[in-house]
Amino acid sequence: MCAAIQCRDLRKTYDGKVEAVRGLNLEIETGECFGLLGPNGAGKTTTIEILEGLLEPTSGAVSILGYTWRENERQLREWLGISLQETRLSEKLTVRETVDLFASFYREPRSTDDVLEELQLTEKADSWVGKLSGGQRQRLAVATALVCNPKILFLDEPTTGLDPQSRRQLWDIIREFQRSGGTVLLTTHYMDEAERLCDRLAIVDHGQIIAEGTPQDLIERLGGHHVVEFVVSGNNGVALAAWRALPSVESVREEDGMVALNVKEPHLAIPALLGAVEKQGGQLEHLTTRQASLEDVFVRLTGRHLREE
Amino acid sequence: MSVAEQTPIVEVKDAQGRPPRRNGRWAGYLHLLMARMLEMKREPEVVFWVFVFPLLLAAGLGIAFRNKPGEASSVVVVSGAGAQNAESLLQRSSQHAQFKVNTEDAAAARKGFRLGKYDVVIEPQDGEKLVYLYDPARPESVLARANVDDAIQAAAGRKDMVATSEIISSEPGSRYIDFLIPGLLGMNLMNSGMWGIGFALVDMRQRKLLKRFVGTPMRRGDFLLALLSSRLVLMIIEIALLLALGVVFFHMRVLGSIFTITLLGAVGAMCFGGVGLLTASRAQKIESVSGLMNLVMMPMWIFSGVFFSYERFPAVVQPLIKALPLTALNDALRTSILEGTPLMHQWSRLLVMGLWGGISFALALRWFRWT
Ligand SMILES: Nc1ncnc2c1ncn2[C@@H]1O[C@H](COP(=O)(O)OP(=O)(O)OP(=O)(O)O)[C@@H](O)[C@H]1O
Ligand SMILES: [Mg+2]
Repeated sequence: MCAAIQCRDLRKTYDGKVEAVRGLNLEIETGECFGLLGPNGAGKTTTIEILEGLLEPTSGAVSILGYTWRENERQLREWLGISLQETRLSEKLTVRETVDLFASFYREPRSTDDVLEELQLTEKADSWVGKLSGGQRQRLAVATALVCNPKILFLDEPTTGLDPQSRRQLWDIIREFQRSGGTVLLTTHYMDEAERLCDRLAIVDHGQIIAEGTPQDLIERLGGHHVVEFVVSGNNGVALAAWRALPSVESVREEDGMVALNVKEPHLAIPALLGAVEKQGGQLEHLTTRQASLEDVFVRLTGRHLREE
Repeated sequence: MSVAEQTPIVEVKDAQGRPPRRNGRWAGYLHLLMARMLEMKREPEVVFWVFVFPLLLAAGLGIAFRNKPGEASSVVVVSGAGAQNAESLLQRSSQHAQFKVNTEDAAAARKGFRLGKYDVVIEPQDGEKLVYLYDPARPESVLARANVDDAIQAAAGRKDMVATSEIISSEPGSRYIDFLIPGLLGMNLMNSGMWGIGFALVDMRQRKLLKRFVGTPMRRGDFLLALLSSRLVLMIIEIALLLALGVVFFHMRVLGSIFTITLLGAVGAMCFGGVGLLTASRAQKIESVSGLMNLVMMPMWIFSGVFFSYERFPAVVQPLIKALPLTALNDALRTSILEGTPLMHQWSRLLVMGLWGGISFALALRWFRWT
C-alpha cells in the first residue's frame, strides 16, 4: 500500500528570488491526520498547494495515492477535497446552491442534504452565502470539500479567525471524516489545534521541516515535560548557566526578565532553585509551573515564538 | 487495471440507503450556467446596466431627436423706412405661418441675431431694397433666408415659370430613432458582453474562486462555455426589450426576420464574449481590467457608428473602421432591421465578427490564468 501523500525534496522559488519551500520531504499514511505547523510565511500554503496540484513545484516529486499530477490529474481531482486559505464563495448564491454547484463537478458526489446536516448548515441551507458568519462560511468551505466524498482532505488554516466553539465544531467534523477512513492534511499556526487534532505533525520554518513526529514525541524530545517560569529580583543578573546547572533542568531561556526552565522532574528542580535564589541574596517575585507545549518546542528550535504578537 | 476502476478507500455511505448520486457529462456545465444566471438576477446593478439603462438611453435620445414638423423661422425686421412694406409682404404671403416676425432697431436686431434669437435680419435700405443678414454656417439661418426671400418675392408678384407640386414623406425607417436603435443594440451587446464576462472573471480570480474550481474535476472548457452561454440568454432579452421599445413607442418598422436578428445578435454576443475573455485573461485586479476594457471599447464607441454614421470620417480610415467588430455588428443589425437584408448578404460582416471572436477566444485559452 502506497502512502496517501508523499513528496521528496520539494522546492519552490517564486519569480526566481523568493525561496518559499526549500527541500521538503513528507510521507503521510492513509487514515492519518497530519498537520503542518509554522509561522506566517513559513511556506505552508505553498507546500499544500503544490501537493494539491494547483502550483507547479520548481523541483521535487509529488505522489498522491501512488499517482502523479502529471499523469492522473483528472482522476486525482475526483479523490481530493480542498479548502483553500482564502476563497470567497459567491455571496449571492445560497448555501445549498453552492454545495450543489461543487457537487456537480464530481462523478459520484454525496447527497447535499447529508453534508449540510453533518456540518450543521441545514438551518442555513437557503440563506445567501453573503449573510453567513465567519464560522459558518468556514464550515461551508469544508462542505464544498466534503461533498465529493474525498479520500484525502486538504485544509489550509481551516480555523483561523474562529471563536473557540466554532473551532471545536470543525475539529469534530475533521475527526468524523478521519474516523470514516479519510486522510487529512491541514495547516495551522495554532499549537493547541495541532496538539489535539493531529496524529503527526511537521513544524515548518523558512520552507523547511525543522521537526517532525507525534505531538507527544516532539514535546518529549524537548527533554522536560514541565516548564518552570520565574522572575528573580535583586541578584544583579545571574548568568543563565547557573540555572542550567540545577538538577533535572534540560534547557533554559530568558525572556523579558522571566526565566523559563525545561524540567524533567519539578520536585527535584524547584527546591534546588529556591536554595540557589536564597544563596544569591535575590528575591523570588513569581513562580509557576506548567506542562510543556508545542510552543516551547518551537521556541526551543527557532528562538522565536510561533505567533509574534 | 485503470485508475478509475479502483474502489474508493472511503466507503460510499448513505444514511437513508439511497443509491449514490451520479452526475452526467453536462451536470457541471448546467450548474455553472444556472449559478451564473442566479447571481446576475440577484445583482440589481446588473439588471439596471444591462436592461434599464439602454432603454432609458434609447427613450431619451429618441425623444430629443424626434422629427418635429419644421419650426417657424424667427425673423426680425429693422425698424425704419421700408420696414412696414417688408412686414406686410411677409404677412400677405401664402407661407406666412412659417415666420415669426419681430421689429427691432438695428443694434437690438443684430445683437439678437448674434445670440441665436433670430435666424435672419431683414434690413430695408433706401426705402426699396432689402438686405438679408444671415449666417451661411447656420442651417436654420440659411433656410430662413431662402424662405423669407421666396415668400417676399412671391407676395410681390413674382411668376413661377415651372409648375410644381409636393408630396410629404416622413416614413418610419429614415428617422434618427431608426438609425439609433440598432446602434444602441450593438453597443449594448458589446458593453454587456465585455463587462459581463471580463468583470465576472477577474472578480472570481481575485476571490480565488477560479483556483478553487480548478481544484475540482470541473472541465475548464465547460466553465468558459457556461460564461459565454449566460451571455446568449441575456442577449435575447436585450434585443427583445430594445426592439419592443422601438416598435411600441417610436413605431419603428422591423423588416428583417426575428430569426436573422437573433442570429446576428448571437454572433455579436459571442464575438464580444471572446474579446472580453481575452481582455480579462490575465488581469488580477478589477482596476486593471477596467482600464483595459475602456481602452478596447473606446475606439468603437466613437468610430463604429453608434450615434452617428461613420461615413463622416475621412475615406482613408473607412476600411479600418469597417474592420472593427462593433462596426460589423451595427451595420449588420441596421441593414437587417431597417432594410430586411437577408443573412446571405451579410457574410463579410459575419466573417469580421467571427474572426475577432474566434481569434480572441483561442488566444484567451492559451494565456488564461486560473490562479
Ligand atoms: N505568488 C507568490 N509570489 C511571490 N511570493 C510568494 C507568493 N506566494 C507566496 N509567496 C512568498 O512565499 C513565502 C511563503 O508563503 P506561504 O503563503 O506559503 O506562507 P504560509 O506559511 O502559508 O503563511 P501564512 O501562515 O501567512 O498563510 C512568503 O514569504 C511569501 O511572501
Ligand atoms: Mg498560508
